[in-house]
Amino acid sequence: MKNNRRSFIKLAGIAAAGLALAPKAMASGGGAAPVKVNATAIHAAHWAMVVDTTKLNTAEGIEKLAHVCHAIHNVPTIPNKQNEKWLWGAPYDEAFPEQENPHLSESVHTREYPLLCNHCVNPPCVRVCPTKATYQRPDGIVAMDYHRCIGCRYCMAGCPYGSRSFNWGEPRDYLDLKKLNAEYPTRMRGVVEKCNFCVERLAIGKLPACVEASEGALIFGDLNDPDSDVRKVLRERFTIRRKPTAGTEPSVYYII
Amino acid sequence: MLEIALKGSKRYYGWIAFLLVLIAIGSMAYANQILHGLKVTGMSRDVSWGFYISQFTYLVGLAASGVMIVLPNYFHSYKSNKHMVIFGEFMAIAACIMCLLFIVVDIGQPTRMMNMIFHPTPNSILFWDMIVLNGYLFLNLLVGWTCLQADRANLPHPKWLKPFIYTSIIWAFSIHTVTAFLYQGLPGRHYWLTAILAARFLASAFCSGPAILLLVMMVTEKFTTFKMPKKALTTLVKIIAYAMCVNMFFFALEVFTAFYSNMPGHMHPLVYLFAGVHGHHELVGLMWTFIAFAAVSITLLVTPKFRNNMKLLPWTLGILVIATWIDKGLGLLIGGFNPTPFNTITPYWPSGNELLVSMMIYAIGALVVTVLFKIATGVKQEMGQSQAMACGCSTEDTCECTAECGCKE
Amino acid sequence: MKMHYGAPIIVGLVIFIGALCAPFVVGTAVTKTYKQPELKMPANEKECVESKEFMREKHMQLLNDWRDWALRDGKRTYTNHAGKEFTISLQNTCMKCHVSKADFCDKCHLDAGVSPYCWDCHVQPEGLK
Ligand code: HEC
Ligand code: HEC
Ligand code: HEC
Repeated sequence: MKNNRRSFIKLAGIAAAGLALAPKAMASGGGAAPVKVNATAIHAAHWAMVVDTTKLNTAEGIEKLAHVCHAIHNVPTIPNKQNEKWLWGAPYDEAFPEQENPHLSESVHTREYPLLCNHCVNPPCVRVCPTKATYQRPDGIVAMDYHRCIGCRYCMAGCPYGSRSFNWGEPRDYLDLKKLNAEYPTRMRGVVEKCNFCVERLAIGKLPACVEASEGALIFGDLNDPDSDVRKVLRERFTIRRKPTAGTEPSVYYII
Repeated sequence: MLEIALKGSKRYYGWIAFLLVLIAIGSMAYANQILHGLKVTGMSRDVSWGFYISQFTYLVGLAASGVMIVLPNYFHSYKSNKHMVIFGEFMAIAACIMCLLFIVVDIGQPTRMMNMIFHPTPNSILFWDMIVLNGYLFLNLLVGWTCLQADRANLPHPKWLKPFIYTSIIWAFSIHTVTAFLYQGLPGRHYWLTAILAARFLASAFCSGPAILLLVMMVTEKFTTFKMPKKALTTLVKIIAYAMCVNMFFFALEVFTAFYSNMPGHMHPLVYLFAGVHGHHELVGLMWTFIAFAAVSITLLVTPKFRNNMKLLPWTLGILVIATWIDKGLGLLIGGFNPTPFNTITPYWPSGNELLVSMMIYAIGALVVTVLFKIATGVKQEMGQSQAMACGCSTEDTCECTAECGCKE
Repeated sequence: MKMHYGAPIIVGLVIFIGALCAPFVVGTAVTKTYKQPELKMPANEKECVESKEFMREKHMQLLNDWRDWALRDGKRTYTNHAGKEFTISLQNTCMKCHVSKADFCDKCHLDAGVSPYCWDCHVQPEGLK
């Protein structure tokens, strides 16, 4: 039987493929995990931020907050166009290019606006990520699993807000290693990163670092709770969001 | 059949050695990139994809274009293409390999690439692109190799192959459509955010791909006894002509939509590319070269006198390839990222390292093409199919040349 | 029947088989002289997150689970088999007891020939230079 050898090889190939997959399939079934949410964590149905640009609108003011954020998260300062930033400032026409108007009030036009990840309700970055390294948590935060990121940068092309940075080189080359925050990791070259709404702080009951340092100019809270601080200001003040036409539904609102 | 690739002239081995040297040089540049990260490229926070991804996009077109030979042959029984089919398929194999390599060198953490399989994510177009590209590579290997083997044994192509052939024809359209979806589904990139992008990708693929194939075939003819059947050649040139017209028509549609609607987002990338903004004119010269070359190539292609002039044809095709390459291999990508989300301009130009790595991949592609075409032409020669005759015709042509007619000139 | 090139073939075979067996021979010798690395254990603590045996064998899986639980499930409190709770964190839990990466993790890993890439990002307790 001439065919025997061939069919054997075929079967063996299929069996080998099965063997490679089986452990994974078996490992994924399993009992309840012995983990729970930290007792001190603060929760929300959907986290959101309101930026009061009548209070926070200077380059220096924003720079101060950016410094706090970048220091806590070990974000390097790279002095070229391969730079990284989680929080930064920009003038009106860069922050809201679609909503410009030649006769904008003087103060609105000269203000500097803090920019950060919008933690969109419909985040394009999550939609395009091929490994689920960027994902949306049930509380609305668009988070990143740096361990899984392959650095394809599809999310950077997908983000309409330029909120993402890539580690083109080794970030530690640009960090002051003596001033690192030893409680938080750095990143390595070849992965994307961005603002994480301070998930690691929310998990231990602290507000995001920029909010804490903002002296009330950044309001943070639960968008789905009608009695929350953010809902209160959103009811009372006029706010806009960046690039409404992109359909992303940002969770960061700006009081103008 | 692989043994055919091992028996070659000094010149053949010299060419292979040359390619290997290029690959070695390029791989040193790649080692440098692995060592230092993608910072050795010209890419930046604002222009986060560059030369690699644009070459990938362009080459997907080359991969898909083989179908312009295969489809008439199988769907319309256009048998003049019979002996050309294998070259379309082998070209697609080389193109797919180059595409995959361009993705690999673009990735920041190549060692984690399998995460795309460990954590499959169907909502990501990149996931589908990986599937269609690998699938197309596999289909072409299977179909091309099996058919050539059957040809060599003087046997009809096996029946079980039929479904694979038909699938591969449809599949060719899918690879470029999916690659366009990679771009055209992103809400913040106006230059890409257009329903016609996939169609335009296909149109530009079906002119530039066969043009490259024909150029490579002309070189092949110089070094082998193979001769393209005249009918197949002229048909393909007509297809190229139509596809290029459609491609430019689609481009004109983009321009109309952007400027008649006066939507800033749609206009800005075009203005940046063709006129420059905020004092940035980096691409203006190139983009107008694209328009000029496109116009010249269309003129030459639609005029029968020029189209049928075999001396002129390589130049016509070359001009067309350059035009489409500037458009799709450069402008498309840079125009997608500029203006940036902040309505500013961040110029991009590939770094030397980036170009060397790209050269490595192109050399690998050339190596694959060389070896595969060597095999294919070797088999054709053995079988005496589509061979050059003394008068310059192919054995597949109905040759009416006489010793005196001087048709060869 | 005469064997062509008999001598070179046999010499080649001997070298080949020798090379094939060398690792086992050397390995047995190394195993005899192998000493467990001396780990610097936490001074004020007696117990790890889990039993010593579990940690020795499964700390890599545990870390993997920890990272997925913390980041992907947002659950950062781990209850061990004895019911004791730990905050999930590589830098702020593991390395607060095992205060020296060099004298603990690395000692084993060097012997085992693994170099986890975690420290490309996570900051070791010794700090970075
Ligand atoms: C509360 C302090 C504490 C924490 C937190 C802790 N360890 Fe331990 N670890 C110990 C002690 C004490 C031992 C020695 C246990 C023994 O001898 O029974 C140990 C032993 C181990 C061992 C086995 C060493 C050997 O000799 O085989 C490993 C591996 C280990 N720890 C890894 C970890 C990892 C990984 C983490 C974080 C997930 C961690 N430890 C967190 C205290 C701690
Ligand atoms: C008792 C010796 C021992 C100690 C102590 C130890 N490890 Fe390990 N570790 C190993 C061995 C052995 C492996 C390789 C296991 C394998 O390959 O299956 C390993 C593997 C790992 C891996 C997976 C690496 C990979 O490439 O798969 C991680 C992560 C890890 N160790 C983290 C730690 C950390 C963090 C510490 C210190 C807190 C530590 N280990 C201390 C023995 C040790
Ligand atoms: C690309 C950088 C990077 C690498 C490499 C990396 N991590 Fe992380 N890791 C992070 C970041 C950033 C966090 C997020 C911290 C947070 O949100 O609290 C994190 C979080 C974690 C956490 C959960 C929370 C915490 O504070 O520790 C664990 C556990 C963890 N990593 C384990 C590992 C292990 C084990 C390895 C090596 C096998 C590793 N990581 C490699 C960047 C990295």
